[in-house]
Amino acid sequence: MSSKDTVSKTLVVAFFLCVVCSILVSGTAVILKPMQDENRILDRNKNILSAAGLYDPSIHSDSDIAELFSRFTPRLVDINAGRFLDAEEAIGLGIDIVNYDQRTVVTDPALSEALTSDEDLADVKRRALYQMVYLMEGDGENELDTIVLPVSGYGLWGILYGFMALEGDANTVKGLAFYELKETPGLGAEVRNPRWTALWPGKKVYAEDGSVGLTVVKGAGMGDYEIDGLSGATLTSRGVANLVQYWLGDDAFGPLLKQLGGRQSQSLAALNQE
Amino acid sequence: MTSAKEVVFKPLFDNNPIALQILGVCSALAVTTQLSVTLVMCIALTSVTAFSNLFISMIRNYMPSSIRIIVQMTIIASLVIAVDQFLQAFAYEISKSLSVFVGLIITNCIVMGRAEAFAMKNPPILSFLDGIGNGLGYSFVLIVVAVFRELLGSGSLLGYEILPLVSNGGWYQGNGLMLLAPSAFFIIGLFVWVLRSVKTEQVESAEFRIAPHAAHSSEGAF
Repeated sequence: MSSKDTVSKTLVVAFFLCVVCSILVSGTAVILKPMQDENRILDRNKNILSAAGLYDPSIHSDSDIAELFSRFTPRLVDINAGRFLDAEEAIGLGIDIVNYDQRTVVTDPALSEALTSDEDLADVKRRALYQMVYLMEGDGENELDTIVLPVSGYGLWGILYGFMALEGDANTVKGLAFYELKETPGLGAEVRNPRWTALWPGKKVYAEDGSVGLTVVKGAGMGDYEIDGLSGATLTSRGVANLVQYWLGDDAFGPLLKQLGGRQSQSLAALNQE
Repeated sequence: MTSAKEVVFKPLFDNNPIALQILGVCSALAVTTQLSVTLVMCIALTSVTAFSNLFISMIRNYMPSSIRIIVQMTIIASLVIAVDQFLQAFAYEISKSLSVFVGLIITNCIVMGRAEAFAMKNPPILSFLDGIGNGLGYSFVLIVVAVFRELLGSGSLLGYEILPLVSNGGWYQGNGLMLLAPSAFFIIGLFVWVLRSVKTEQVESAEFRIAPHAAHSSEGAF
């Protein structure tokens, strides 16, 4: 047995190794955290802008995002009550609007709820009680131009996460962009293909009777409510149809959207006070 | 004593970690659908292998043999976390598509294999170069695989369109198999075949020889 194999030497080496490695790991994590947070927020804002059709990678670069995004106002929504919360209520709930992420709070029982299988059309299991939506005011005084909603739902291999943008009438689709998915490349992952997402703008969400009419169908999508499904990706297309049905439906953003759509003539300021 | 040049260049063709030793194949399947992602993975793996070899070699004379493997793992894991943090800070888009595979560098057989086989017995500078060499050997195979997969699967290279896809209004029908993991197996297999046809000394001698048929019985010929 050589001298380096004694118990005390072993303990000394293990101790110093742990100290050095933990300094290295925590040091890089702490020093780089501000940049990582900045990247995360930038990435989220870029996704919101692409859903609203305001970000084109061939024209814009990352440095334009802050300016483009400044037209949006983030608002916290109580999804069960179907209304906006004001800044004080958000602080009361311990929510920081800039960094809030409805995806991470899903693991927090105080801020999220489990969905029953009847409700859970999009197969997401749990949802946050408070969701961030993004509003863009139009050129006119207190006119609503764009509403961007967070959407998610199960496709074939996992949950798709994205943003859906609606026009100010809360009934016309402006765009749909998924930023995270596990679908098959070349088949289900084509939900991100610009040629497919280009089918969405202009479609209507709500049918005459107030139910969600917007859906993804096999074959040629006709009329105001149907989107042509992706060939070779039946389950992903169905997942997208389900998540649209769920998040725009009465159990989720439906009531809020109908309220926003019905009150177009009234001022945003009045709406915000409720 | 092995020379520095030999240590860096031998793993490229003569002793390639993927093609000859068949190590690190798991990540070669997972991160090769896009060339840009592959390049970042190659840089990450090469730097982890090089630095883990360097640090392990520096303390090799103080390392008690009873906790040798744990010490190596701790060093490798710390380096991988650091690399992951750097990617999240400086290459966020790519770190998202690499997702768990950066963390899985910890279990990459090449890193551990070089630490145990080379760094434990050789001085620091040479070990560092050995890490670079093996990282380059890994990178070379991955880049070859990624070029084929991205070009034939998505019709592009580094995101630039080369073969316009039918789905984007062009003429090329993308090969869906190339976008799925098994295609990397085929490409690596073909790569090994080509390499061993050129460098015949890499072909293993057969473990046994099939004896010629010896029975001459005329009965029961079925």
